Amino acid sequence: MSVFLAKRFLTFIVTLLGATVLTFLALEILPGDPAAVILGIDAPESAIQALRDKLGLDRPILERYFVWLGDIVTLRFGVSFTYSTPVIELVKARLAITIPLALMAMVLSAAVAFGLGVYAASRHNQPGDVTVMSISQLGISIPNFWLALLLILLFAVNLRWFASGGFPGWQNGVWPAFRALLLPAIALATVQGAILARFTRSAVLDTMREDYVRTARAKGLSRRATLWRHVLRNAMIPVITIMGLQFANLLAGTIIVEEVFAMPGLGRLILQAISNRDVAVVRDVVLMLAALVVFINFIVDILYAVIDPRLKPHDV
Amino acid sequence: MTLLSVENLSVTLKTVRGPARAVRNLSFDLEKGKTLGIVGESGCGKSLTALAIMGLLPENGWADGRVTLGGENLLDYSEDQMCHVRGDRIGMVFQEPMTSLNPLHTVGKQIAEAMILHRGMNRGEARAEVIRLLDLVGIPQPAKRVGSYPHQLSGGQRQRVMIAIALSCGPELLIADEPTTALDVTIQKQILDLIKNLIEDLGMAMILISHNLAVISQNVQDVIVMYGGTRVESGPTNAVFSDLSHPYSQGLFSAVPQIDDTKASRRRLTTIPGTVPELADLPAGCTFQERCIYVTDACRPTPPPVVQVGEGHNVACLHIEAARTAWGAR
Amino acid sequence: MESAQLSFWCRCLAHRSFVVGGCLTGVLALSAIVSLVWTPWDPIKQNLRERFVAPSWEHLLGTDQFGRDIFSIIMQGAQNSITVGIVSVSIGMAFGVALGLWASAKRGWTEELVMRASDFMYAFPAILLAIMLVATLGQGAINAIVAIGIFSIPVFARLTRGAANAIWAREFVLAARAAGKGKFRITIEHILPNIISVLVVQATIQFALAILAEAALSFLGLGAQPPTPSWGRMLNEARSMIFINPWLAVYPGVAIAVAVLGLNLLGDGLRDVIDPRLARKR
Repeated sequence: MSVFLAKRFLTFIVTLLGATVLTFLALEILPGDPAAVILGIDAPESAIQALRDKLGLDRPILERYFVWLGDIVTLRFGVSFTYSTPVIELVKARLAITIPLALMAMVLSAAVAFGLGVYAASRHNQPGDVTVMSISQLGISIPNFWLALLLILLFAVNLRWFASGGFPGWQNGVWPAFRALLLPAIALATVQGAILARFTRSAVLDTMREDYVRTARAKGLSRRATLWRHVLRNAMIPVITIMGLQFANLLAGTIIVEEVFAMPGLGRLILQAISNRDVAVVRDVVLMLAALVVFINFIVDILYAVIDPRLKPHDV
Repeated sequence: MTLLSVENLSVTLKTVRGPARAVRNLSFDLEKGKTLGIVGESGCGKSLTALAIMGLLPENGWADGRVTLGGENLLDYSEDQMCHVRGDRIGMVFQEPMTSLNPLHTVGKQIAEAMILHRGMNRGEARAEVIRLLDLVGIPQPAKRVGSYPHQLSGGQRQRVMIAIALSCGPELLIADEPTTALDVTIQKQILDLIKNLIEDLGMAMILISHNLAVISQNVQDVIVMYGGTRVESGPTNAVFSDLSHPYSQGLFSAVPQIDDTKASRRRLTTIPGTVPELADLPAGCTFQERCIYVTDACRPTPPPVVQVGEGHNVACLHIEAARTAWGAR
Repeated sequence: MESAQLSFWCRCLAHRSFVVGGCLTGVLALSAIVSLVWTPWDPIKQNLRERFVAPSWEHLLGTDQFGRDIFSIIMQGAQNSITVGIVSVSIGMAFGVALGLWASAKRGWTEELVMRASDFMYAFPAILLAIMLVATLGQGAINAIVAIGIFSIPVFARLTRGAANAIWAREFVLAARAAGKGKFRITIEHILPNIISVLVVQATIQFALAILAEAALSFLGLGAQPPTPSWGRMLNEARSMIFINPWLAVYPGVAIAVAVLGLNLLGDGLRDVIDPRLARKR
């Protein structure tokens, strides 16, 4: 087991390093001069050059990479030039929106997907199954930003149950904040939920064909008891892997959904930073997001060891 | 006293090419405490017969006829009623020990499951009984093994666990479907001996299904030879094997290599020409007609009548005389 | 037509998903092709006297804030979507399949490296990097297509390598190797033909994903620029019009959904026909 954990941890670290390289390189192909962008094209050449020296932009690429890496590891993030605030401050404020949003969407999608997936599997090839499959087929075909727009149209513009965007902040009460997060979370959760529902269904169907399920029935267990005690726990293993991967998609989805609902979250921050060429913000925040995704996948790997006794240490 | 009575059992499967009759009009009786073997090639319907008795046919299959256990037709039972029969009155052991146990549950939990379900035991009582059962089936250090997971056991040990599960509620009938096919040859005999001893000690009846003639000949009192879903020959094992009367049974027997210093071992290995027909394409008459060396036109329109050739020894064929003469002369 | 091919097409047409998906995809393709030479109205020409006309026989979906016929714009938008799909999938397949075949043939640390790299790109929020790439390289249809293409490479690489590995283990390949055939020739003559069907199915799915991704990028203003019609960008433009004419936000979305749904169904249908073993679950 410790071998297993060590290997997983190593993969985690290596993937994280890979993320840093990728993020760093992606911004290196930036054409144009970041210093010129910051100071404006009308600034005198000497000022631009002075800023370049200050930021160390003319140093060799490897040196800049390792300097940055060193800063990151010691948690010394950069400073945003658009807002003149340290990246850390900006991120902290935004996280309070994006994390709850992502979590809500994850919970919503999981709850709906598990229910629908198990239901469809237990009604295999009957009308219930076909209905669920058709709905989920539709669910994976619609863009989440379009769904967001439709939700706004229906619930905000027509019915006026919700605001069409914005976020009142947590300090004004949990319920208003929760309400503001609901529509975006639904927009995010629908597509992911549809994918997860289909996957859960096929995982359950696969598990139902296993020989040990036949053994359980031969013992006299009812279909329902077999489902609960033998099928579901085993089927969860592949489903949890997918959920880990889905988290990455969810985070990517928050970028667009936050934009549609005009919510000042992490996703919106990145978008603005990208269009403002605010290099420090883009680099550091993208890396944080990537690190979060890699970390979640690492946790999923650990969960495996908890659920599957084949990975635990034994004294035989 | 008759424990199980199967009358005109037919199992039909819905396939892409139409309904296929995998078992047709199979009838046999099994008395309390006696053992019956069903032998035949893959696809002859042996396993489906067992599944039909248990009410565990796949989604696309259904059974007709009567399967009477203790005076009631199991085929008429609701799913709920069958759940009370399975594991409690009939125990079943399957072919693949490596995949027949849930990898996420301990062995002890899986053995106890049926007992808790049918006998209403609590965990403590069940645990004690599990240890006793593990010991009974020959697992060393049973108290320790209760908490083991299936992947920690060998194939032979897992099959012993399966046997323990099947016996846990003291059923009247044990159905063993190819219990040793997936095991090493050296382990096979151990498992078969174990089953045989347990059956005798507990006074259970058994149906043993196998494609292996040697396994059948040494372990059951009566035998049924199946081909294409029908019974072609049946009777007491010794009588049948010493006096094979159906062309198929004879072919099956001849196809087994003999490795000893007899005239038989020096003979060329015979095979039965042709292949097993598709279930959906089975002919109306004798199912063996396409491959039989004695076939005549009379074999084609209707299934052959059952003829008694000895005490309890029955054969379904029109050309028994020819077959027996040829067999005796070899 | 050979009887094997004939039976293949017969099975395809008997399959519900394939037929429905095929029709929807056909509508998509038809729109794109027909709009190359004709649309009911000129989608670019503005006609400020006809702003926000309600749907009628003249303007099937009405007109937008510049008086342009919405139906014509949507028809032309299909061109953009089809182009994105074809080019990005081609890029993904060309590089991804090559990488996957190479990794599978070489095995050892080459395979490990390629697989770790693609696993990594899987875990990374791809759209994020696509946004970054396009934003830094500049907006425009071409850059968007290239970015999307780059992110389908790992998908094809993984799929190809998995499928190829299964074929390498088959006996007829072992026989070929024992006969002295080189790995390259085996790859071309034996491996590739046997995995083509799996790749085709994945290609239709990637096509659908590409359309979705491009719509997202266009929505953010990073895709096809005006005046080239793009469904994603239309949705963004509709945001400011939402109180005046909410339908502007509906039609382009329906177009995207229909196109993606059609391709997904087509892919599912193909998969069932090609490998009936997988069809058990359907």
